Amino acid sequence: MNLKDMIHHYGRQFGTLIGLLILCTVLWILSPFFLTVSNVLNIAQQTSINAIIAVGMTFVIITAGIDLSVGSILAFSGVVLASVAKAGAPVPVAIAAGLAVGLLCGLVNGLLITYGKLPPFISTLGMMSVARGAALLYSDGRPISGFSASFRFLATGEILHIPMPVIIMILVYLIAHFVLTRTKLGRYTFAIGGNEEAALLSGVNVKFYKAAVYGISGMLSGLAAVILTARLSSAQPIAGIMYELDAIAATVIGGTSLMGGEGTIVGTLIGAFIMGVLRNGLNLLGVSSFIQQIVIGSVIIIAVLVDMALKKQSK
Amino acid sequence: MDMDSDVILKMQNICKTFPGVVALENINFDLRRGEVHILLGENGAGKSTLVKILSGAYQKTSGDILFENKEIEIKNPGHAQDLGIAIIYQELNLVSHLSAAENILLGREPLHVPGIINRSRLYRSTQKILDGLQVQISSRSLVKELGVAEQQMVEVAKALSLHAKILIMDEPTSALTEKEIEELFKTINRLKKSGTSIIYISHRLEELFEIGDRVTVLRDGKYVGTHNIQETTKEELIRKMVDRELTEQFPKRRIERGEEVLRVENLKIDDKLSNINFSLHRGEVLGISGLLGSGRTELARAIFGADKIDSGKIYVKGVQQNIKSPRNSINLGIGLLTEDRKSQGLILDLSLKDNVCLPNLDQFSKFGVVSSNQENSTAAKYIDELRIKTPGLNQKVLYLSGGNQQKVVISKWLCSHADILIFDEPTRGIDVGSKVEIYQLMNQLTAHGAAIIMISSELPEILGMSDRILVMHHGEINGEFAAEEATQEKILHCALGV
Repeated sequence: MNLKDMIHHYGRQFGTLIGLLILCTVLWILSPFFLTVSNVLNIAQQTSINAIIAVGMTFVIITAGIDLSVGSILAFSGVVLASVAKAGAPVPVAIAAGLAVGLLCGLVNGLLITYGKLPPFISTLGMMSVARGAALLYSDGRPISGFSASFRFLATGEILHIPMPVIIMILVYLIAHFVLTRTKLGRYTFAIGGNEEAALLSGVNVKFYKAAVYGISGMLSGLAAVILTARLSSAQPIAGIMYELDAIAATVIGGTSLMGGEGTIVGTLIGAFIMGVLRNGLNLLGVSSFIQQIVIGSVIIIAVLVDMALKKQSK
Repeated sequence: MDMDSDVILKMQNICKTFPGVVALENINFDLRRGEVHILLGENGAGKSTLVKILSGAYQKTSGDILFENKEIEIKNPGHAQDLGIAIIYQELNLVSHLSAAENILLGREPLHVPGIINRSRLYRSTQKILDGLQVQISSRSLVKELGVAEQQMVEVAKALSLHAKILIMDEPTSALTEKEIEELFKTINRLKKSGTSIIYISHRLEELFEIGDRVTVLRDGKYVGTHNIQETTKEELIRKMVDRELTEQFPKRRIERGEEVLRVENLKIDDKLSNINFSLHRGEVLGISGLLGSGRTELARAIFGADKIDSGKIYVKGVQQNIKSPRNSINLGIGLLTEDRKSQGLILDLSLKDNVCLPNLDQFSKFGVVSSNQENSTAAKYIDELRIKTPGLNQKVLYLSGGNQQKVVISKWLCSHADILIFDEPTRGIDVGSKVEIYQLMNQLTAHGAAIIMISSELPEILGMSDRILVMHHGEINGEFAAEEATQEKILHCALGV
């Protein structure tokens, strides 16, 4: 790809990036604390959980689907991995348990959508309730806490002064970008969302790849559960409520089309940071949380309106 | 302007162009009060376009429409309704979860006060219309519980409730049984007597003589002629439908027929296909002709593994195969160029390169990682070989012309090394120059030992490019012709089941 192609291909992301930079500049002017190293790392750390969930959401939405169950899966994975960690299992085993629970829930979504032919909205809405109930049942409705320091390192640790959650997020984004742009899975994700019938008639195993994408979304919710549990030093069965909306918002602000077939991982990262920066900035400025909700909702709507207007113009 | 007093509608010199296509050229058509006027022509002759102009779905590009001696412009479907022009499409437009009554008066419900529907009047007034049609339908029954013929009657009742002076029926008998057709004709005759004028579109020559008063033939968007039904014959009409100048070029090269690569035995899909038996050899183009809905596309999809078959055997290169999915058939060397390249053949928002490589990523990937270099060089190779006009291999196929899009689809299958190619309407909607290029490609493919099944609605194409021709009718193969003995008349007779 030459530079011209790059600009053409990532033009939409440049626009979102400029939006993020403008937002940062405004906050920098309004608040002297905004652009301090500790605050920037703080934003990155706070954004990491939504950003990781949004990666799975991006894959799902590119196939023209939706995953409403990510927040509940996070809670269920969280309580399971917390109980494993608390029982004294080695850290990798606890992580594996969290990822496995997420993957499993996601695959159930995928099978219901492909073999059960359910609309993604319905099957993941069902899973949203089932996984939440499972989390409450498993934990008896109580938080699970008390972990080893090595487990907590996953959230509190730093490498080269960069907090672990941020490092994990960066790794997830590098891998996801590679998968989406350079692998068969990525190519088929776009193909299925662009035109499922044509993909099928081109020999793509649509059912397998669709189920895989929901599996990935569930597994990344499990990974987010690892970080959240380590950071709070406790797993809450009621964690992750409304996280699906944050993840959808980050994805959509990042330029992924809800109609499927279009989207980038880079865009989603920028989208997640727009959400994170906005929350952080509004807090610094002392804006009440009630007003914050109104502002964030408006930003989502405006971002998509602008996106649609730009797309119409380019046609 | 002189005008017959019993002529309700006169269309003069109607032209309609779509970007790049002339759909109608100087069409003349008039309709008398209380007559059934048949509109006849092959697929793509312009019948539907003409009636869509009348129903307000399309705007004419030029020409005049006189309705009851007044020149009018039909602005939109609502306007056509207000004028008293109603249309019943082949695909019925009913809300299946509402009752017959609610459908008949949809948007015009009798009200108690604004916003509150007067249900008893709704049911009573619509029942009166249905009874007037002498059909046994309760106005309270839900449309989804009615049969196709009954649903059609609901549409007729809707037209009557609009006080339609002109009723347009597009292929009304295509989904009906003999007995239902009889009932429909009785209804049409009663409507005629009450002074309603009917424009009736149909392929079925038999029924035209039963129900029609006059017939107007269109061909390739042009007006051919209008006749009194009594003064014409089936043979004359067929000749008028197909007789065209063969301006297109068919650079057919005959290749010696090689070994058998595909054999289909007793293939059956319930309600769609039955008794399908044929074989296909290397080096030949097997043309499949037939009307829309005769089962051509269903046959293509069944062989390709896109639809399940109920019984029958398929042998590929001498071995019986149980083809379960397109992946299976692609691996066996079968490729399908779909009838509708935009909705099935291509992913319009992806690039040329991505589309060409989509069925073939296994060739270019290791451990699931795709090599862009190999993809790029492959796409570049086909752009060069097939002379695809594109600014680059990353161009979205959406922006390519029809002919170049079709070449992208063909590249997909060349890349997958397919040697059994099923081309469903390979030249639909592409310009003459590109058509010739596609034909030349077909020659090259057969010269290299490929076998091609070519499904087409265009008879000259079938005659010009096939070595052998199968004709389908009602889901069965109704005839087989060698290229030398086939004529347009013979094929059309066979396709119409005459």
